[in-house]
Amino acid sequence: MNAALQSETGPEGTAHSGRPEVRVTPSRFRNAIGKYIVRRSKECIACGKCADICPYGVHEFAGKTMARPKDYRCIGAACENNDFYCVRQCPQNALSVRLNPILEVLGDKRWTPELLISTWYMAETGEVPPGDIEYKIGDSGGGFDRIEFCFPPGREPDAVPDDEVSLRIPLNRRNDGRPEVEIDMPVYGGGMSYGSISLSVMIARARAYQAWNSFTCTGEGGYPEELYPYDDHVITQVATGLFGVREDTIQRVRIVEFKYAQGAKPGLGGHLLGDKVTPAVAKMREAVPGNALFSPFPFHSVYSVEDHKKHVDWIKHINPRALVSVKVSTPTDVDMVAVGSYHAGANIIHLDGSYGGTGAAPDIAKKNIAMPIEYAIVKVHNFLKEEGIRDEMTLIVSGGIRTAYDVAKAIALGADGVVVGTSELVAVECIRCAACESGRGCARGIATTDPELSKLIDEDWATQRLINLFAAWRRQLIEILRKLGMRDIRELVGRTDCLKHFDYE
Amino acid sequence: MTDTIDSLCKNCLRCVQSCPGQVITKVANAEYKRLGNSYWTPDIIRRQWFQAETGRIPVSGAGYGGPFSGPGFDDMWTDMSEIVRPTRDGIHGREYINTVVDLGRSLRYLRFDAAGHVVGDAPKKIEIPIPIILKDLPLGSLSESVFLAMAEAAQAMDTFMIAPVKEWKPYLEPYKAHLIPLLTEAEIDTHGELIRGVRIIEIQLSDETAARLSRIRAAYPDVLIMVRVRLGERSGEEVLALTRAGADILHLCADRDGNVESGNGPRFVKDVVRSVHMRLVEAGCRNEITLFASGGIAMAEHVAKSIIVGADAVALDIPLLLALECRLCFRCEAGLSCPVEVENIHPEWGKSRILNLIAAWRNQLIEVLGAMGIREIRRLRGEVGRAMFFDDLERETFGRLFGKRKKRESVGN
Repeated sequence: MNAALQSETGPEGTAHSGRPEVRVTPSRFRNAIGKYIVRRSKECIACGKCADICPYGVHEFAGKTMARPKDYRCIGAACENNDFYCVRQCPQNALSVRLNPILEVLGDKRWTPELLISTWYMAETGEVPPGDIEYKIGDSGGGFDRIEFCFPPGREPDAVPDDEVSLRIPLNRRNDGRPEVEIDMPVYGGGMSYGSISLSVMIARARAYQAWNSFTCTGEGGYPEELYPYDDHVITQVATGLFGVREDTIQRVRIVEFKYAQGAKPGLGGHLLGDKVTPAVAKMREAVPGNALFSPFPFHSVYSVEDHKKHVDWIKHINPRALVSVKVSTPTDVDMVAVGSYHAGANIIHLDGSYGGTGAAPDIAKKNIAMPIEYAIVKVHNFLKEEGIRDEMTLIVSGGIRTAYDVAKAIALGADGVVVGTSELVAVECIRCAACESGRGCARGIATTDPELSKLIDEDWATQRLINLFAAWRRQLIEILRKLGMRDIRELVGRTDCLKHFDYE
Repeated sequence: MTDTIDSLCKNCLRCVQSCPGQVITKVANAEYKRLGNSYWTPDIIRRQWFQAETGRIPVSGAGYGGPFSGPGFDDMWTDMSEIVRPTRDGIHGREYINTVVDLGRSLRYLRFDAAGHVVGDAPKKIEIPIPIILKDLPLGSLSESVFLAMAEAAQAMDTFMIAPVKEWKPYLEPYKAHLIPLLTEAEIDTHGELIRGVRIIEIQLSDETAARLSRIRAAYPDVLIMVRVRLGERSGEEVLALTRAGADILHLCADRDGNVESGNGPRFVKDVVRSVHMRLVEAGCRNEITLFASGGIAMAEHVAKSIIVGADAVALDIPLLLALECRLCFRCEAGLSCPVEVENIHPEWGKSRILNLIAAWRNQLIEVLGAMGIREIRRLRGEVGRAMFFDDLERETFGRLFGKRKKRESVGN
């Protein structure tokens, strides 16, 4: 039996000491989607042999008969040479395995069907999927999808225990008298506003990040009271619409994020379509229900680095214990913008690359405006170094970070840490149908504040799925460091010598 | 249960995942996958249909799901302004962004007489409110209704439609202020009256064109002369010669998929337009002439990108057919019937669909301009500094880290 299944019988099986526990948290839908489909014909006599031999837990008894196969756990064709291949071992020839034809209509080039399925698997079990399901890269044909680690050949991974490998990163490196905030993994949550997602998803994110000692972000849409218990793990955003921004919200938190731009719609404002402005959302944003809400672009009070500094000073004055993060997108001069933010006094520069997620954006912007994050990381990291200020800035990046491998690659290219968003939503079973903006919102209850649809998400369930995903990521990150002979994620920053690009000689 | 209404499906897969009998599944529509060709993909076609029907720009949630970059127009990104360069909030009407372009020549310099008065007249110019004219269609089950729909749309937008003289029938007379007759040089001599009635004519380029331009200009002083240049290896020199010979507008045409034949395999229209534009810049005469690009312009972003690489405006063809629900099955080219009977459209319906499409494209242009902080589409021309190219970014970032990039497959489609 593998570790994932052990934890079903006893949570201590996968719990790290002092770490959040992984608990198996299956799909909330009756028919989970996997790479393979296993069918059991009427010939089955419920002899139970398949349940005895399958190490992946595909087959189980349900009383006197066999339960429907949990086929999303099946490793498919890769199993054919195993002694425990159920199809061959079944005395009645009642079992068949085939590729799931639904893969054809699932996912896209960046989030391939297999990346979706593997993320669901990790969110359920806290483990990487067995078999041949791709969980590291997508199929976009560039950037992270063409970059791979080159682990030193012939080197055995270091045999140090997990807890001796550090994934901790500091967020304040300026020595400016403000708190030394640290997070236990190089990942925190991106801004998703109340209105763009449901309250239960917001709270689940806060709980999961609290469990992993990191942060989630309110986005621009107010600070619901239900988040107050998690204040120390919440970043609140000040964006151009100032929706829900109050002195109190700024004073509650340890990090305030100025959002100048978003990678999915660089240079354009935010947009919450009218249908999603429910009475509760309107109240939070001090707006009128049913009316579409636009955040203008840009901040009309900021047209220079000096103006920008005034903004940063304003926040620092209102909350003397807060760090300031500046979230920008990736124009040609993104390196200059980063240096400008340093001089304005920011603690964190957060680059959001052009292929990032959103609740709604014009397709023309998502596809065409600003550069992918892979380029921006290299540009900014190098420029900050050349300017002699790299060690004082925390460089956080986002926009297309889907997997633990993306996290590690982004850091090796020069980032200190990353921000994720879509992968969290996938963990709570987003299917990337891209219809978040329309009507009452998400048909799966994630990107919606519709009172009925929101009920589709249970807070505890979503919290655990996120905890599990990060447990799986953490394990992969530690494994990568071990294979590189490193003990600390900070050693990996800018280590491009550990990477190779398939398109280069 | 009755049949599913597949066109309403949002692909949330709730039904697939919740069905107790596991009897619902979903497959891609084979007919959809057969739409168009490798350049005019089903996705492009579907998007133009949506815009022609609704006049809305495509908006969606989640991130971009397409490839990292691609051939043709997909190997460049447009810029945005951040902090130190203000963007323009054009799309919600809070700031005005101008999409007017001027057609015609500009003087290189002014001349003054002894008394300090300007000598000579400024060349005639025509303004159009959008950087788009409608081009004669390269295929399609065409009819009077189709031409009427296009002419009506051109008139409504106060732009132009190119009409080959052989299609020129009396029913088009009311629209002639917005029509550009396309003529061979031989036809110029036989269509004097028609030419005098319009504002712009287009001539098919021949070896004689440059030499004959001044004679045509003298015969029709009030008409702007546009020359259609089929892009090829000699385009740079041809365009320079025509500019010096006094053409007002040059129309640079690639094939319908945006390809241009050259000795080393096909080049893409965007790259050829960029080199032609640069040839004129180097010769110091780019500002004297108006350049149109056409061929392979399939989406709104292609208009912005064509202008960034050096065109003043574009001429649209196949997207107009798509607005009329063409499926690009290419049966008409084989002389077969049109499955959607494009020839039987109602002109009013066709006009509205074309207007919707181009309105949506204009809004998207404004999004792109606003993000860049550019308030004038005329300022966008040749602004390659406000764009990012795949090859440059790769060289500047990964090239420094990983050495030499392996040769890419050719850019053609």
